[in-house]
Amino acid sequence: MKEIAVIRYNAGNIQSVVYALERLGIEAVVTDDPDRIRNADKVIFPGVGEASTTMGYLKQKGLDTVISSLTQPVLGICLGLQLMCQFSEEGNTQCLGIFHAKVKKFPLFAETESILKVPHMGWNTVTKNSMDNPLLYNLDTSPFFYFVHSFYATTGPDTAAVTEYGVPFSSVLSNKNFMAVQFHPEKSGLAGEVLLKNFLKL
Amino acid sequence: MLAKRIIPCLDVKDGKTVKGVKFVNIQDAGDPVELGRRYSEEGADELVYLDITASHEGRKLFHDLVRRIARHLNIPFTVGGGISELADAEALLMAGADKISINTSAVQNPGLITSLARNFGTQFVVVAIDARMENNQWIVYTHGGRNRTQKELFAWAREAQERGAGEILFTSMNHDGTKNGYAIDALAILSNQLSIPVIASGGAGRMEHFLEVFTVGKADAALAASVFHYGEIPLPDLKKYLADRNIPVRL
Repeated sequence: MKEIAVIRYNAGNIQSVVYALERLGIEAVVTDDPDRIRNADKVIFPGVGEASTTMGYLKQKGLDTVISSLTQPVLGICLGLQLMCQFSEEGNTQCLGIFHAKVKKFPLFAETESILKVPHMGWNTVTKNSMDNPLLYNLDTSPFFYFVHSFYATTGPDTAAVTEYGVPFSSVLSNKNFMAVQFHPEKSGLAGEVLLKNFLKL
Repeated sequence: MLAKRIIPCLDVKDGKTVKGVKFVNIQDAGDPVELGRRYSEEGADELVYLDITASHEGRKLFHDLVRRIARHLNIPFTVGGGISELADAEALLMAGADKISINTSAVQNPGLITSLARNFGTQFVVVAIDARMENNQWIVYTHGGRNRTQKELFAWAREAQERGAGEILFTSMNHDGTKNGYAIDALAILSNQLSIPVIASGGAGRMEHFLEVFTVGKADAALAASVFHYGEIPLPDLKKYLADRNIPVRL
């Protein structure tokens, strides 16, 4: 059965992802049923919340091992991206270890002496790495996407695109079938729609 | 680079926008969803919907509206008006609002900021502050500017931040409606004192005012209503004007 599964867990904004898919004519199923997630054509792992609490919840539901073992295209969003990294400074949390990246808290002061406001909130540019990623097809070289977060993923071999906010960080990560974005494509206007369409086409 | 945000604000009563709007090709100019989509297409970075309904029936219509906005809008939106307890905010979150803004209820019960931030995250909580300059002091007002409080703007904004506000939306009552520009001096102080983003509100009349509020006023975002609703400043023109003057904006 061809199905887009959105993983249901104790996180906000899941409904806005479902609405964004609806606007693209896709009806997704929101589920925490391991079998249904494993059998889905594609899986979206959204999230807004605190890392350690959320990891605890995923473990309790057995969803941590389900997500790590998926072989179909998986798209993590925001906290989803952070939980797919190795470790998060938020609550000193061991995460899923899918991406070669760590999650750190933004420094409060930028080198320019001007105060860096945290959370990093608003529209920022996402610059693709030379390696072309199918998730970023049909987008400008540095499109704007909408961000809201206080922790960021470091850059490394899995970094597909970088954003600068005091420090350069991974705004898109990609490793085999696993992809993740730090921004909210569901709230990022036309650029967000292009990215979601790219994912749905994989 | 993080862009400065331009935020049109729509007042809603009984599920309809109340101020007249000059847009061509809109069937129903009063439909907040249709208007929001138009603003989004023209380059608005976020939207604020304020429910100015007093009745229970109107409030119910507003909740239905929030659900429709969430379904149809592809940019973030904040809703405010009549949120006095956790349950009100939760209902709006469930309806699909990205953020809520609280004003009077935060002053009356500052603990509300704390519990909202704990339950739904700081990014969800915008604390709106209306203040008036009186004898060299910015005095905080509540109830839509009708009730004077003992609070002072900067101290209250810092307290709101410490309690978990994710953003401060400051409206200068001295500047609101004048179209003579934002309260840039107060905004600069506010922005320097806070580690969370500041949204400027009140006084926008010309494009220069937006330039000034981002440079001198150090605001992270600028909110306006009538200049957008009456078509006095078209959003694409404003964005281009700011970009030409090296203000980082999303084009």
